[in-house]
Amino acid sequence: MCLAIPGKIVEISSDNQDSALVDVVGVRRRIDLGLLQDDKPAPGDWVLIHVGFAMSKISEQDAADQMSTLRMLGEIDGAMQEVQGYGLEDVN
Amino acid sequence: MRFVDEFREPELISKTADQIRRLAGTERHYRMMEVCGGHTHAIYRFGLKDILPDNIELIHGPGCPVCVLPMGRIDDGLSIAQQPDVIFAAFGDMMRVPGTQGSPLEHKARGMDVRIVYSPSDALKLARLNPDKHVMFFAIGFETTAPSTALTMMRAKAEGVRNFSVFCNHVTIIPAIRAILDSPDMRLDAFIGPGHVSTVIGCRPYEWIARNERKPIVVSGFEPLDMLQSIVMLLRQLKAGEAKVENQYKRVVPWEGNRAALRAMAEVFQLRPYFEWRGLGFISQSALRINDRYAEWDAEQRFAVPGIRVTDPKAAQCGEVLKGVLQPHQCKLFGRECTPEHPIGALMVSSEGSCAAYHNYEYRKAAMVSLSSIA
Amino acid sequence: MAHGAGGKASRKLVEGLFAPLLFGPAPGPLGDAAQVDIDGTRVAITTDSFVVKPLTFPGGSIGELAVNGTVNDLAVSGARAEGLVVSYVLEAGLPTEVLEAEVRAMAKAARDAGVRIAAGDTKVVEHGKADQMYVTTTGIGRLLHGVTIDPRSVRVGDRILLSGPIGDHGITILLARGELDLEADLRSDTRSVLPLVEALIRAAGPGIRWMRDPTRGGAATSLNELARDCGLGMVLFEDQIPVRDTVRGACELLGLDPLHIANEGQFLAVLSPEYADAAVHALSLAPGGGEAQVIGEVREQPAGTVLVTTLYGGSRIVDMLVGDPLPRIC
Repeated sequence: MCLAIPGKIVEISSDNQDSALVDVVGVRRRIDLGLLQDDKPAPGDWVLIHVGFAMSKISEQDAADQMSTLRMLGEIDGAMQEVQGYGLEDVN
Repeated sequence: MRFVDEFREPELISKTADQIRRLAGTERHYRMMEVCGGHTHAIYRFGLKDILPDNIELIHGPGCPVCVLPMGRIDDGLSIAQQPDVIFAAFGDMMRVPGTQGSPLEHKARGMDVRIVYSPSDALKLARLNPDKHVMFFAIGFETTAPSTALTMMRAKAEGVRNFSVFCNHVTIIPAIRAILDSPDMRLDAFIGPGHVSTVIGCRPYEWIARNERKPIVVSGFEPLDMLQSIVMLLRQLKAGEAKVENQYKRVVPWEGNRAALRAMAEVFQLRPYFEWRGLGFISQSALRINDRYAEWDAEQRFAVPGIRVTDPKAAQCGEVLKGVLQPHQCKLFGRECTPEHPIGALMVSSEGSCAAYHNYEYRKAAMVSLSSIA
Repeated sequence: MAHGAGGKASRKLVEGLFAPLLFGPAPGPLGDAAQVDIDGTRVAITTDSFVVKPLTFPGGSIGELAVNGTVNDLAVSGARAEGLVVSYVLEAGLPTEVLEAEVRAMAKAARDAGVRIAAGDTKVVEHGKADQMYVTTTGIGRLLHGVTIDPRSVRVGDRILLSGPIGDHGITILLARGELDLEADLRSDTRSVLPLVEALIRAAGPGIRWMRDPTRGGAATSLNELARDCGLGMVLFEDQIPVRDTVRGACELLGLDPLHIANEGQFLAVLSPEYADAAVHALSLAPGGGEAQVIGEVREQPAGTVLVTTLYGGSRIVDMLVGDPLPRIC
């Protein structure tokens, strides 16, 4: 519900392990990592940012999987349309 | 990967919309509630209603933490800040919400020290920078935001910052969903589940919706592809007669939630026995208060609070709109006495309020733009 | 009074209070400049106050805004600024170096814009009463030939042109205030748009219906005013609106819409369709016009409204700015 956006960790502060600099499409912002103590992110990781705190690590793998699923579904659907065009049953 | 653009790819959106149309067919009418204000906003921002078939109805839920606050709580917060040398700090969303004597912004115009902050830690920083003033942070939000408030208070305590307190209005999402399902006027087929609250509480807390109420629920992301994919998943469940919890927002939401965040909340907060929600009435165990370990940072303990219950103007139907019983334009004041420039209730002010979204979108759209002429 | 940010409240003040009392009966649609007849010669005249905070920021300062802002108001009204007069309201205690820096900045901006600062006035007020300094500039200009600005001449099918990326100035100011923990490589876009306007007039003069510089309240506010004045719909194509990545990122972070953010070096123009290509071409050849784009077109519906459409068929209405651009958090 609340505005949260993805950002990439650029660097962790040397004097405060809970503070990190993130990059959001070229804008840099300092955020708090205190809620990710159990799963500390490292520079290069992507995190979800909400009110100045990192809430969760974003799994690039899961995102890539999701995109390929969507694309594949898109292709499957395309194939389905073609099949339907031949007058066969709607497999959905 | 930038995690934003990819989920807005037009071709994929078209394909997924086609999929939805095929799955939805024409015979059945589907009523799906998106609980969370962020999803309501996304629906309007990306014009998703334009690409969904007519037989899928999206009903807006009460997931706007600003909208569900009764006016009396705004008054209470402002009354604390009337005291000399108190700085009222809150998120931008709070600034134009009306209290009985005006909004925080209007109080600022009359001389109150009101500051917008973008994080509870900004408010703590203000306290450190202004040792001769007291900073009162008006905290709002569901479980998405509560852990950040909690962690900030833990830091304030650890550092011994005494000129800082929190006026806590954090609410919890599950009791709100329960109240919706218990409501006799509600007939829903499925839920588009909150995305960011779930990063904290995980997906387990929704299992009773599937198991006991037999309604499918898909925890969804906020990009257009996320929401469309979630609708596909819901349609599939409905057509197969299934009811389970699914996580569409896997890349961000862990099934078990965020334990560190839940620990922070447990350290600082406890549940209020009951709390009044605009539109839903008093709901037990639905809101957080600051526990005794942090009493010194609890604005309600440090300051005397009037605690007067203020009911909405009789004609305003904020409650019914919040429950999804009425659509925004069906409220008698909508677009007349109540507009974004002159809001009666928070739903017309908050950027996630359904009335504000509806006012700027459906209400003023004179005719459908011809899709074929769009480049 | 929450009327300063340039949106609905400001407009209500101008139209509801100032116009009827000061401007006489039925002045017609209010533009960026007015025309005055002096012995048969029409001149354009405009005024603007600058109260920006902080005084200096990446890309410029209050002095430059004060010069370019007024030159631009005249330019988009179809006039070339010939002379400016400036008025300063200074807070007692303002360091001399600060004042001198601004005066130098204004002198340079005036030279760069090719306009003369002819006279000025200064007042000093007590400490705490003027937030360092306020600057007002009034400009007089000669009307450029070959162009008539009139919202009532806008027709269905006209194209909406934008001279370059939006949002740079407003976001730069927000970041420069230092209240946000944000950093970005961003500068104000403040500049005189007169050279670009003149290039546009040379290439497409007869086709120009309307121009405006979208300052406070952003492009959305300017286009809403036009939509209201001509009773037609402004349909914008989201993917064609030029916005820098950093501005987009900052807006995402803050929950703002780039269409509502102030610009100080861009302008909007509505042109008849036959001239649209020539217009973009001419601007792309002129210095600083490389990012000019057609961003939309005028349609009959939705009347009086600005609609933004997305590539996949979704659309949303963009209203005038209501109140100040408060970042959305929750």
